Amino acid sequence: MAFPDMQSPAGLQLGGPSGGAGADAEDVEVALESLSQWQLAWRRFKLHRLAAIGLVIFGAMVFIAVFGPIIDPYNPIFIPNAHRPGGDPPSLAHWFGTDNVGRDVFAMVLNGARISVAIGVFSMIIAGVVGVVIGAVAGYVGGLVDNILMRIVDVFFAIPFLFVILVAARFFGQGQLISLILIFGLLSWPLIARLVRAMFLTLREADFVEAARAVGVSDIRITFRHILPSALGPVIVAMTLIMASNIVLEAFVSYLGFGLTEDQTSWGNALSNAQTVLSQGNWWWAFFPGMAIALTVLAINFIGDGLRDALDPRSKL
Amino acid sequence: MTQLGTPPPEDVLLEVRGLRTEFRVLDGTVPAVDGVDFSLRRGETLGLVGESGSGKSVTSLSIMRLIERPGEIVGGEIWFDGRDLLKLSEGDMEDIRGNDITMIFQEPMTSLNPVFSVGEQIAESVRLHRHASKKDAWDRAIEMLKLVGIPSPERRVKQYPHEMSGGMRQRVVIAMALACDPKLIIADEPTTALDVTIQAQILELMRRIQEESGAAMLLITHDLAVVAETVQRIAVMYAGKIVESGGVQETLLHPQHPYTEGLLTSIPSRVARGQRLNVIKGTVPNPFRLPQGCRFEPRCPYSFEPCKPNEPQLETIGTNRKVRCFLHGLPGQPAIPVPAGAGTGADA
Repeated sequence: MAFPDMQSPAGLQLGGPSGGAGADAEDVEVALESLSQWQLAWRRFKLHRLAAIGLVIFGAMVFIAVFGPIIDPYNPIFIPNAHRPGGDPPSLAHWFGTDNVGRDVFAMVLNGARISVAIGVFSMIIAGVVGVVIGAVAGYVGGLVDNILMRIVDVFFAIPFLFVILVAARFFGQGQLISLILIFGLLSWPLIARLVRAMFLTLREADFVEAARAVGVSDIRITFRHILPSALGPVIVAMTLIMASNIVLEAFVSYLGFGLTEDQTSWGNALSNAQTVLSQGNWWWAFFPGMAIALTVLAINFIGDGLRDALDPRSKL
Repeated sequence: MTQLGTPPPEDVLLEVRGLRTEFRVLDGTVPAVDGVDFSLRRGETLGLVGESGSGKSVTSLSIMRLIERPGEIVGGEIWFDGRDLLKLSEGDMEDIRGNDITMIFQEPMTSLNPVFSVGEQIAESVRLHRHASKKDAWDRAIEMLKLVGIPSPERRVKQYPHEMSGGMRQRVVIAMALACDPKLIIADEPTTALDVTIQAQILELMRRIQEESGAAMLLITHDLAVVAETVQRIAVMYAGKIVESGGVQETLLHPQHPYTEGLLTSIPSRVARGQRLNVIKGTVPNPFRLPQGCRFEPRCPYSFEPCKPNEPQLETIGTNRKVRCFLHGLPGQPAIPVPAGAGTGADA
C-alpha cells in the first residue's frame, strides 16, 4: 500500500502558539506599519506630482467657492459705474477688469467658482450614488434584473445627451442651480453603472465573496461592504472625469443661454455676456472666466490621473 | 439510513440522503451530484475523496446551499442537527452558515478580502452570529489567531491579507471558520494550494483543533495521504456518486471498489521507485453521456456481464462498509462477508 509513503505530517510538531521556523522569520516583518488599501493608495497619490498640483488648484477652487463672497470686495451684480463703454481693463482696483456696466470680473470669477464647484461636486455625487447602486445590483443579482437595468442604461447612452440637457434645463426649474445639478447628475450615472456592473461581474465570482457567503453574510452586506470597496478605484476615477465634464457642460449650456439665469454669475454666463464686447478688444471679460474653467477642469483631470495610478493595485509606484 | 422525511437519530449531526445537484447548461444537464448518501456523527471526521469533477465540492456547496445558477439542488434531503436544510428559508440558512456550519476554502490567497484587516474579517462573523460588541468580537479575533498558532496575534490582527504568507492566511481562514464554535467544519481542499511543509502544519493544526473543539469535520480532498492522516471515515466519489465508504484504515488498506484500488495503486511509492506508475485507464465519463450501467465500467479492469446494462447499488458489506460494485469484494483482497440475499456473487 502506497499512501503511508507519502509526505506525512505525523512527525512534524509545528503550529503551536510558539510558532514554527517560518513564523519566527516572519515576525521580523511584523514591525512594519500595517497599511490598508486606502492608506497605500494615498501614499502613491502623494508621489504623483501633477496630481498633487491638481489637488492644490482644486482645493483652492473649493476654498474660493466656500469663502469667496467673504474675500471679494465687490458685489458681482453691483454696478458702480462704467468708466468706458465695454468696461475697464484690469487695474489695481479691478484686478480682472470690469464688464460693460462696470461689474467687477474678479468678483464674477469668485462667484462663478461657487456655482461650478457646486455643479461639479454635487452632480458627481448624484451620478456616483445612483450609478453605484444600479451597477452593483445589476452586477450582483444578474439575470433578468441585470438585463432590465442595462437596457435602461443603453437607452441613456442612445439619447443625444446635449439636446436633452438643453431642453431639460430650459423646461425644468427655469435656470436654477439645483435643477441643473439634478439634470446633470441624473443624466451622467449610466457610465458609472456600467463600470460598476463590469467590476461586480468579476468580483462576485471571487473566492472571498464565496467565503463571505459561507460565513452567513447577507447579500446586501456582501454587495456594499465586501465587493464595493474593491470596485471603488475605477469608479472614483470615472467620477472625477464626470465632475470635470459636468463643469464644462454647465459653462456650455449657460453660454448657449439655456443654463443659469442672467442674475446668477457663473463662468458660462460670464462668457456668454462677454461675447458681445469681444470685438471691441475687451479680452479680460472672457479671458478670466474662461481660464478659470480650463484651470479647474485641468486640475480635476490631473487628480483623476493620479487617482488612477494610486488606486490601481497593479501600480508599481 | 433512516426513512426519508424523518430526522436521523440524535447522535447523527449530518445526514445527506439522495442528494442530487444538477447544472443546466446550454448543452444539456450535468448531474454533478447524483444521489449521494452519507452521514456524519457528532465530532466525527469524514473524508470525501475523488478526482476533479467527481462532485465532491458540489456536494459540500450543496450542504451550505451555496449552489448558484445554473446549478440547482433538484432532490434529496440534508438533515443537519434535526432540520432539513433544503427546507429552510434563506434567512435561516444565513444564520447557520458561519455559525453552525463553516467552511475552509482551498485558496487562502483569494478567500480573504484584500480590503479588510484579518481581524475585521474574523470579527465579522462573531458580530453577525453572536451579536457581540465590536470590542468583544475584536478580542475574540485575537484569541482565535492565538489558537491557530499565529505569533504576536495582537499585532497580526490589524494586518491585511497581503502582508501574510499562504500558510498564515490559511491559519486566518481556519480562525474565521472556528470563531463561532461551529458544529460542522467543511474543509474543501484546505491544503491543496500550500506547499508540502506548510500542508503538514495546517493538517496538524486542523486535527488538533478538531479534537479540541469537538466539531465534526467533512474534509474534501483528492489527496489520499491527507485523508489517511486526518480523518476517521472515508467516502470515495466517482462521477457524482459515492462508490465506497468505510473506516479510513480498512478502506485504504483493503479497498473493495476497483476505483479505490486504482487510486491507491497510482500513488507514487518509495518502495517501487523507478518503475512506471500505475494509471487508471481511460478518463472520467463525459457527464452528458454517462454509461448506462456502472459509471466506472468502461475503465474497470474487473468488468463483467452485469456491469454494462445495470447500475450497482451502494450495498453494505462487512461492518460499516459500503460498496457500489457487483463484485462485492475485489480479488486479492480479504473477503468481506456479503449479507445474505445480495445480487451477483463475488467470484467473477
